[in-house]
Amino acid sequence: MAELICENLVLGYENTILIEDLNFEVNKGDYLCIVGENGSGKSTLMRTLLHLQPPVKGRIAFGEGLSATQIGYLPQQTIVQRDFPASVWEIVLSGCQSRLGHRPFYSKEEKQLAEQNMKRLGISDLRKRCYRSLSGGQQQRVLLARALCATEKLLLLDEPVSGLDPKVTAEMYRLIAGLHKEGITVIMISHDIQAALQYATHILHIGQQVFFGKTNEYLDSPVGRQYLNMEGGRQN
Amino acid sequence: MDQLALYFSYPFVRYALVVGVLIALCSSLLGVTLVLKRFSFIGDGLSHVAFGAMAIASVFNLSDQMLLVLPVTMLSAVLLLRTGQNAKIKGDAAVAMISVGALAIGYLLMNLFSTSTNLSGDVCSTLFGSTSILTLKQMDVWVCIVLSVVVVAVFVLFYNRIFSVTFDENFARAVGTKVNTYNLLIAIIIAVIIVLAMNLVGSLLISALVIFPALSAMRVFQRFLSVTICSAVLSVCCAASGILISIVQGTPVGSTIVAVNIVVFVVFAIIGKIGGRS
Ligand SMILES: Nc1ncnc2c1ncn2[C@@H]1O[C@H](COP(=O)(O)OP(=O)(O)O)[C@@H](O)[C@H]1O
Ligand SMILES: [Mg+2]
Repeated sequence: MAELICENLVLGYENTILIEDLNFEVNKGDYLCIVGENGSGKSTLMRTLLHLQPPVKGRIAFGEGLSATQIGYLPQQTIVQRDFPASVWEIVLSGCQSRLGHRPFYSKEEKQLAEQNMKRLGISDLRKRCYRSLSGGQQQRVLLARALCATEKLLLLDEPVSGLDPKVTAEMYRLIAGLHKEGITVIMISHDIQAALQYATHILHIGQQVFFGKTNEYLDSPVGRQYLNMEGGRQN
Repeated sequence: MDQLALYFSYPFVRYALVVGVLIALCSSLLGVTLVLKRFSFIGDGLSHVAFGAMAIASVFNLSDQMLLVLPVTMLSAVLLLRTGQNAKIKGDAAVAMISVGALAIGYLLMNLFSTSTNLSGDVCSTLFGSTSILTLKQMDVWVCIVLSVVVVAVFVLFYNRIFSVTFDENFARAVGTKVNTYNLLIAIIIAVIIVLAMNLVGSLLISALVIFPALSAMRVFQRFLSVTICSAVLSVCCAASGILISIVQGTPVGSTIVAVNIVVFVVFAIIGKIGGRS
């Protein structure tokens, strides 16, 4: 069952077109990795999927039973000011904001949900800590817990491991893979092609050439081979 | 002490205290949001607009200046927020333009048309707060009480949304929170607070009243809720003691309150340093 369909999507800003004629669909239970050069428009695509900015042209449709507000989002480098005073609990709970409806305060169930998601990500004991005093990996877990409070269905992650050290990065990938196994559809932007190949079921490559398909198909495609060679060369 | 008891027997002292404390409470609530959203400059700009509106109102000899000043300030709040979000015009440049413009026009109008014999005195008291807080009528007190209750109620009811919008606007938007509406709400509350606070500290010092308590609380506390509560308490205490000091010592009300706030900020900064912000 298709959870998200993009048809003839054209993305960009007022005077610049970044991506033209993009077609892809994401089914329930998929793990889609979006890869591509820096500045190719990966974040722009994600922001468009989230209705944070309008597409230049084309159509984005969400599947049955999934409204645009039932998406969990982990932004790229949340621009939280250095001195923002907020506890882990306050931030995770704010993930429930779309469930509030017209109520002013969070209900017992919503607080339980926040509690469960903190446990799920192993940050229960950080509950009272201040967000800005946490390590990079802990901060990402807090934001992931918040995203999980917003959805049980679809997670959109924009470079969730950027700036983390290798060990924490690996842990983060395992955590996300675990959530995927629990049945959550994942769309992740990643710089790390190796991790993308290891975990993703589908790859969307954007840039000069566009590819969308299964991960093993990507490995055999000209776009994939070229990108892999280049990335491999860079790492050596 | 006896002297203080004597002062309290005058209704104007009690009115001044009630109004001062309420204004301080309201202005501190949104301070945290304003500081964190980098909206503090909007507060500053709005206070200048309020000054300009006040000047126009006094030129036309309006009996109730509030009727002109409040809508004009609210409208400017909405406009400033719009331009702030518009990437084409630099937000702070627009604010600077409007605020300095309003200040100049206001002063010019007062100069050209004022019938008062003590013009510079009038201007000075509008800018730095007048003794008018000590000449409040019962009606003024009621207006202030009603507006304050509204501001506090709106803040409490929308507390969770205000937190979300302040902490991470993009996430809030992505999960369907009406960010623009809440930004607008915040701007309108700021406008109301600024108009209220003009009587207390004058239009130049309002930003201090809004920002200092929040900055002080942020030195010591780490949670949004504790920071909000602490800055409300601080602001109320500073206003109350500032008013009392100014009555006893005969100092200008507005500047005295701000001075107390500055002292408290320094104390909290030291406590924060010693306590080691974990
Ligand atoms: N608000 C904006 N207005 C105009 N251009 C933008 C804006 N944001 C990003 N861009 C441009 O769009 C391009 C793609 O950005 P982005 O989607 O962040 O790339 P990626 O996430 O793939 O690295 C970049 O060249 C960037 O300069
Ligand atoms: Mg990006």
